[in-house]
Amino acid sequence: MKGMETDKRSIQREALAELMAQWCSEGKRVLAPKRSGGKVDFDRVTSLSEVSFDHVQTVQSPKSAVFPRVEELFSFRSTDGRVEIRERNLDTLPETVVFGLRPCDAAAFAALEAIFNWDGPDRLFSARRARTTLVTVACSRADEFCFCTSVGGGPGAVTGSDILLTDLGQGGFLAEIASAKGRELLSAAGSLFGPAGDADKESRLAKLPAVFPPDAVAAALAGLFAEPAFWEEQSRRCVGCGACAYVCPTCACFDIQDEGGATGKRLRCWDSCGFGLFTLHTSGHNPRPLQSQRWRQRLMHKFSYMPERQGVLGCVGCGRCARACPVDMNILEHIRAIAEARP
Amino acid sequence: MNANDVFKPFLMRIERVIEEAPDVRTLRLEFQNEDQGRGFSFRTGQFGEYSVFGEGECTFCIASSPTRQGYIECTFRKAGRVTSALAALEKDEIIGFRGPYGNVFPIDEWQGKNLLFIAGGIALPPMRSVIWNILDLRDRYRDVTIVYGARTVADLVYKRELREWAGRDDVKLVTTVDPGGETPEWQGEIGFVPAVLDRLAPASHDTVAVVCGPPVMIKFTFPVLARLGFAPEDIYTTLENRMKCGVGKCGRCNTGKYFVCKDGPVFTFAQLQEMPQEY
Repeated sequence: MKGMETDKRSIQREALAELMAQWCSEGKRVLAPKRSGGKVDFDRVTSLSEVSFDHVQTVQSPKSAVFPRVEELFSFRSTDGRVEIRERNLDTLPETVVFGLRPCDAAAFAALEAIFNWDGPDRLFSARRARTTLVTVACSRADEFCFCTSVGGGPGAVTGSDILLTDLGQGGFLAEIASAKGRELLSAAGSLFGPAGDADKESRLAKLPAVFPPDAVAAALAGLFAEPAFWEEQSRRCVGCGACAYVCPTCACFDIQDEGGATGKRLRCWDSCGFGLFTLHTSGHNPRPLQSQRWRQRLMHKFSYMPERQGVLGCVGCGRCARACPVDMNILEHIRAIAEARP
Repeated sequence: MNANDVFKPFLMRIERVIEEAPDVRTLRLEFQNEDQGRGFSFRTGQFGEYSVFGEGECTFCIASSPTRQGYIECTFRKAGRVTSALAALEKDEIIGFRGPYGNVFPIDEWQGKNLLFIAGGIALPPMRSVIWNILDLRDRYRDVTIVYGARTVADLVYKRELREWAGRDDVKLVTTVDPGGETPEWQGEIGFVPAVLDRLAPASHDTVAVVCGPPVMIKFTFPVLARLGFAPEDIYTTLENRMKCGVGKCGRCNTGKYFVCKDGPVFTFAQLQEMPQEY
């Protein structure tokens, strides 16, 4: 982001490999994009050689580093009329470096923080977040699903990252140190970094013109809520599978379920506003019985409610939902239609 | 609420089980840890998450009044997985409770006014909290009128308390059952709540109305109140959307930009008119 002061250094690929080896030897969990079969996804790595650099975007977002798909809130033992609750020991949560996430993903952590901590802290999320460092790799390529520049981000945006790396070619990276955590990583391995030189970062970045202004979307949404035909038209193809929410880096709606009977666990699990059961009352009444209403909720939440209530957009333009959608719904097309709608 | 971890429930001992109606029970709950109990307070209108360990959590209002200290009560109908498990529990068994959550009935603002309570079926519990709160501070309020209806005589909850309210000379109680729901001994009204309210025609001057009931009852009650001259900002109700966390994070109870768990559950009719109808 323009105007943000970063400490600029350079690092060579060999030194980066050494840095990653150092994190691993310190016992840190390193999550990075890894190619497996035909897809690239975040996985635990122990060596830079395992890391994919040539993909545009991973299938899944890195949100599970701080918000696992299923996590234990606490366990309990219920015997002879007595109940004992065992809290999670937060000291056992791993120090984690998420490496090779994109600038859009780094920006998404601010949205997650807003959701989990906007009105009182979420203990587990906050503990994981405090132990997580983000070492981002800027985008040299974008695809037709990317739209970060329309939602305040950019292929080389530093916001949210602790360190932002930009591949300068010939095995060299620009390293922008952007936070206290980033400075900690630097000071623990200062000899691996060199001076920044005068490399031109901008020329290495993907070119991605903005296609809509987010403010226009929020303004248009306010007038569109009570237009059922509009939402019906937008969502006619939607099968309500929830894939968009599962791959989304900012979707954080969750369910709470018990497992294991009287001596079991209380779990928090990913959920989605796209599912009909999400809001279904026990009585059978459902405040959002139609898929079109659930699609409306998804867009209103990200582009209207979150900016108004939590001061942050719920979308970072990563394009994952559009890539994952089994019926080819493309959020970019839908948002453009909203921005241009005149209800 | 539990300061350290919002998801960790208090352990509550079932001190008493009261059969209210077919499949409807009240549990009186005491804190297993007395220090936690002494540190706990709530205000009328608030709700909590009640859990049977191994089955899960469910959401109900606190049905007792904050003026009655040392315990809380909840009243529920056996309907789903957790309520079925709750209904199977006996005195002295342990359940979990998280809360209190949500906003409150502004009873301090209602001082010096007449109060009209209108409830249907299993929606009397949230109103019972505020009714007892008002009756325990009786001299601060003027006329208290309660209109309560259920499908059948058997479905009326808090029968013992209905008799107590009927016997008080500082409360006007009107009970009704749906046509066909009466018994040969039934002394009350016969008819749906909105129609009974229409016949009763309570004065709206200097009066606050509180309405809790199934959506269809609420839908037909608001126009009657409007005809009687009640301003939308003097009509209160509670919304009951499905919840999991109770603390504004899990994402499902919203109606438009409002979280029922944080901005509600208590809303005025004036607020509802400004909100999208996602409840």
